[in-house]
Amino acid sequence: MATNNILIAGFGGQGVLFAGKFLAYKGLLEEKEISWLPSYGPEMRGGTANCSVIISDTPVGSPIVSTPDVLMVMNLPSLDKYEAAAAKGAKVFVDSTLITRKLVRDDVDAYYIPATQMAKDLGIPTLANMIMVGKVIKEAGVVSFDNMVDSLKKVVSAKRAELLELNLKAIEAGYNYIG
Amino acid sequence: MAEKVLMKGNEAIAEAAIRAGCRHYFGYPITPQTELAAYMAKRMPKIGGVFLQAESEVSAINMVYGVAGTGLRVMTSSSSPGVSLKQEGISYIAGADLPALIVNVQRGGPGLGGIQPSQSDYFQATKGGGHGDYHLIVLAPASVQEMADLTATAFDLADKYRMPTMILADGTMGQMMEPVVLPEPYEAKSEKPWAVTGTKCEREHNIINSLYLVPEELEKVNFARFEKYKTIEENEVMYEEYMMDDAEYCIVAFGIAARVSKNAINAARAKGIKVGLIRPITLWPFPKDVINKAADKVKAFISVELSMGQMIEDVKLAQECKKPVYLCNRAGGMIPEPEEIIAKLEELEGGND
Repeated sequence: MATNNILIAGFGGQGVLFAGKFLAYKGLLEEKEISWLPSYGPEMRGGTANCSVIISDTPVGSPIVSTPDVLMVMNLPSLDKYEAAAAKGAKVFVDSTLITRKLVRDDVDAYYIPATQMAKDLGIPTLANMIMVGKVIKEAGVVSFDNMVDSLKKVVSAKRAELLELNLKAIEAGYNYIG
Repeated sequence: MAEKVLMKGNEAIAEAAIRAGCRHYFGYPITPQTELAAYMAKRMPKIGGVFLQAESEVSAINMVYGVAGTGLRVMTSSSSPGVSLKQEGISYIAGADLPALIVNVQRGGPGLGGIQPSQSDYFQATKGGGHGDYHLIVLAPASVQEMADLTATAFDLADKYRMPTMILADGTMGQMMEPVVLPEPYEAKSEKPWAVTGTKCEREHNIINSLYLVPEELEKVNFARFEKYKTIEENEVMYEEYMMDDAEYCIVAFGIAARVSKNAINAARAKGIKVGLIRPITLWPFPKDVINKAADKVKAFISVELSMGQMIEDVKLAQECKKPVYLCNRAGGMIPEPEEIIAKLEELEGGND
């Protein structure tokens, strides 16, 4: 009877809503109960964007994640804002290319992934978000690592099928990253 | 079983409306309901329907009034400030006894307010909203699935009782995605002999009108309309009960507030506090009887709302103030945390020791 309360945050444009949507669809295809709630409004345009994703074995109550047990942050303002909110024992995933500081808290598990740099090196500079997602799946086990393509097909437009492979590459890179 | 898809609440309403036979949508964009209009803009032209972005909300609701007079399924949607603008037209539609659907994906107010979720249009939605004696049937979904299901229900009830209905949602319900099984498309069957469809020189003219200059006549129309409302109050109340069997405290909450309340109830029960929930699905007609009956069992009620406390008045009236009703609320676009509700419950428990 597990419930994963996931909060994903970063700059607008980094694909944090997309990353959340992918995890939500993956959960759905694994027949879990899920919800996805985005921030909306002026903060999305250049400011911080975030989404709450809940993947659970039991029906989802409130879709709002205020104390995440999985926190994925892709910019400093998001870490500053949400570090204190993470649940005790939470797994916190940090894009260490863009966030140079370490976590202040020592009662959570921190994972530092240079996702933005890795994405550049792999020639997929817009997919740092999915590298982070790969690591989240590996360490937090919120969804399984099988059949990634099925859920990618749900979130990547059919007209842009070439992106499927690239997303897969990013997820695998994150999944296999040891840091 | 039909496939579960992930959809935003706003999109689920739009698709469900199309499947319920709605081919006429008039609106004007406003956050946080814009995806609904955008979905209609994309889909309606492909299925021979009409999507029209009017020059204002006032204009949009009067276009709804026009189509409603022809008996076709028609809707508009907006968010709080836009729904205020529509009130004149809604009153005319109610006064002319026409079916139509109005969707309000609420945001914080008053005035332009903010764009974050709110439930502070409860009074406006349930007490009339425009001028004159009238009601809307008001449905309050608490999941994306209900956003879809209650859309079909709203159209059916509007036809059945020849009156405007409203879906009262909020920013979270509109923006969130959840799995939804979309209802099958269906053809509405209701007869509409009153509709203005052209006489073909075979029948008397049908006249759509809300003007009655002879007060005796207007009174008669009002009395008749309220007879209809009585029937609705007797037959169309919808609500959900959650953990009420042994409850000593009863939370009353709708929409997103009910979702948060369920989290609070589960956590409070783990601490030994016996608390349950009555979730009105119809806000008008309000589920008075079940609340009145609950008052004979529980020690107190808590009305959880995203407003300064509006539904709380109906909770007091429904049970004729037999038991105290406390308010647990946030306003202006803020959402209560489960912890705030639990704190309220613990305060009440402490008071009883």
